[in-house]
Amino acid sequence: MSGIFSGRAWGKIWMYRSTFLLGLVNTLETAFISLIIALSLGIIFGLMATSGRKSLKAISRVYVEVIQNTPILLQLCFLYYALAFSGHSPGILVTGFIALGVYTGAYMSEVIRAGIESIPKGQFEAAEAQGFGYFGRMYYIILPQSIKVILPPMVNTIVNMIKNTSCLYIVGGADLLSLTYSFVTGENTGGSYAPAYILCGALFFIMCFPLSTLASVWETSLKKRDRRTTVTNTEKNPEAGKEAV
Amino acid sequence: MQTLTNSLSMLGNPAIITFILQGVAFTLIISVVAVLISILFGAVLALCRNYCTSRKTKILKWIATVYIELFRNTPLLFWIFICLVFCPCPGFVDRPMFGLSSVNNKLLFKAAVALILYTSGVIAEIVRGGLNSVSHGQIEAGQSQGFHVVQTMWYIVLPQAFQAIIPTLLSQVITTIKDSSFLANVAVIELMARTKQILSAANRYNGTNAINVSDVFVLFGTAALIYFVINFALSLTVRGMQKKRSRHAVVRNAEA
Repeated sequence: MSGIFSGRAWGKIWMYRSTFLLGLVNTLETAFISLIIALSLGIIFGLMATSGRKSLKAISRVYVEVIQNTPILLQLCFLYYALAFSGHSPGILVTGFIALGVYTGAYMSEVIRAGIESIPKGQFEAAEAQGFGYFGRMYYIILPQSIKVILPPMVNTIVNMIKNTSCLYIVGGADLLSLTYSFVTGENTGGSYAPAYILCGALFFIMCFPLSTLASVWETSLKKRDRRTTVTNTEKNPEAGKEAV
Repeated sequence: MQTLTNSLSMLGNPAIITFILQGVAFTLIISVVAVLISILFGAVLALCRNYCTSRKTKILKWIATVYIELFRNTPLLFWIFICLVFCPCPGFVDRPMFGLSSVNNKLLFKAAVALILYTSGVIAEIVRGGLNSVSHGQIEAGQSQGFHVVQTMWYIVLPQAFQAIIPTLLSQVITTIKDSSFLANVAVIELMARTKQILSAANRYNGTNAINVSDVFVLFGTAALIYFVINFALSLTVRGMQKKRSRHAVVRNAEA
């Protein structure tokens, strides 16, 4: 198994630990900046989708459908090569931020749209009747109620985004997985496949597992509370179930 | 403008078109086969994780849980790299088939194994969601009728569970088609990899002896369009199905 028990291979990993640290930092950096881009795009397009205006809705729909139905790898390559061949390449990491941010933004937008749409229409009308403006209505009335519907799937989206940082590899990336791969295939460092992959996998697992567990535990507990407080059949009368949350 | 017409002329080249269409076929075949095998494997994992709770079979539950969590929390590309090194390759793959060389076939096999392993983890969670939606009374009813555990699962629980998750499974096909583009990283011959190959040789086909920005737009645009058409058609199907189901649910409740 290519040195899974060999002390020398593990020693080599320890010697080149800065490579893995650099990869980890790059992956976290990519994930963090992409998350900010994705959240802003998600909020903008999510609000556009629920604004009730046909033109805004259509723009948001097109963005979500086009991005969700094509692979992230294709979008990344498209962006990278289009910029590179037209002579202004911004670097691999910056391309990664933009591509991942735009890709994840489409998923965020869907999550936010679903969250806002889960609030019964009466809430919007009541808020309007009380004299709230658009942002006041969203911030004080809708957001507190929809946040628990939004957060679990949003955390899942973030986990997928962290995993997707590995797609930087195709443009010669600098993320954790790409650096691990160039480490195990490198001329001076090569050979210690098993230890390097175990370390890389463990790092990814440590980043993603707490988040995905949080999301699923959260979701189950919300569902349970939902069932406890809902006496009437939710399917018979959808409004009753949602208001009782 | 001149370079754009040159780039578009590439799409008129029958050799390039067949090359791309073969890529589409490979993408579809790989994805569908991966999903089908993953459903089998994922169902086994989900059953183990959900129902192996007695003292003797607890170990199976733990294995399934570790497998599912491990594969859900690490990237697909990671498993592709690992399979390239560690996955054993049976002899029948190691020869020219499907118009590919034996090296390419071995690569295809290993990468497909990685895709199947990864997708199984995701599908196991989907199946588990379906299993949880079947009420416990169904199992008890089956047992009281004298059904064996396997019979209860096979005749009572699994059919209901799968009926509940068909839309989710179909949207997993969309995800798998998108994920299969990760195979391009190791030069497996599917749509994404072929598009990249044509781009790197575009100077020979577009007649300008150089790769231009318009080539990027034309080639990746074509690939994006193909992916979009396939996936959008599938997602419309899923949405139609879900709408029909929720209508049926309302009707059934109204009748009850």
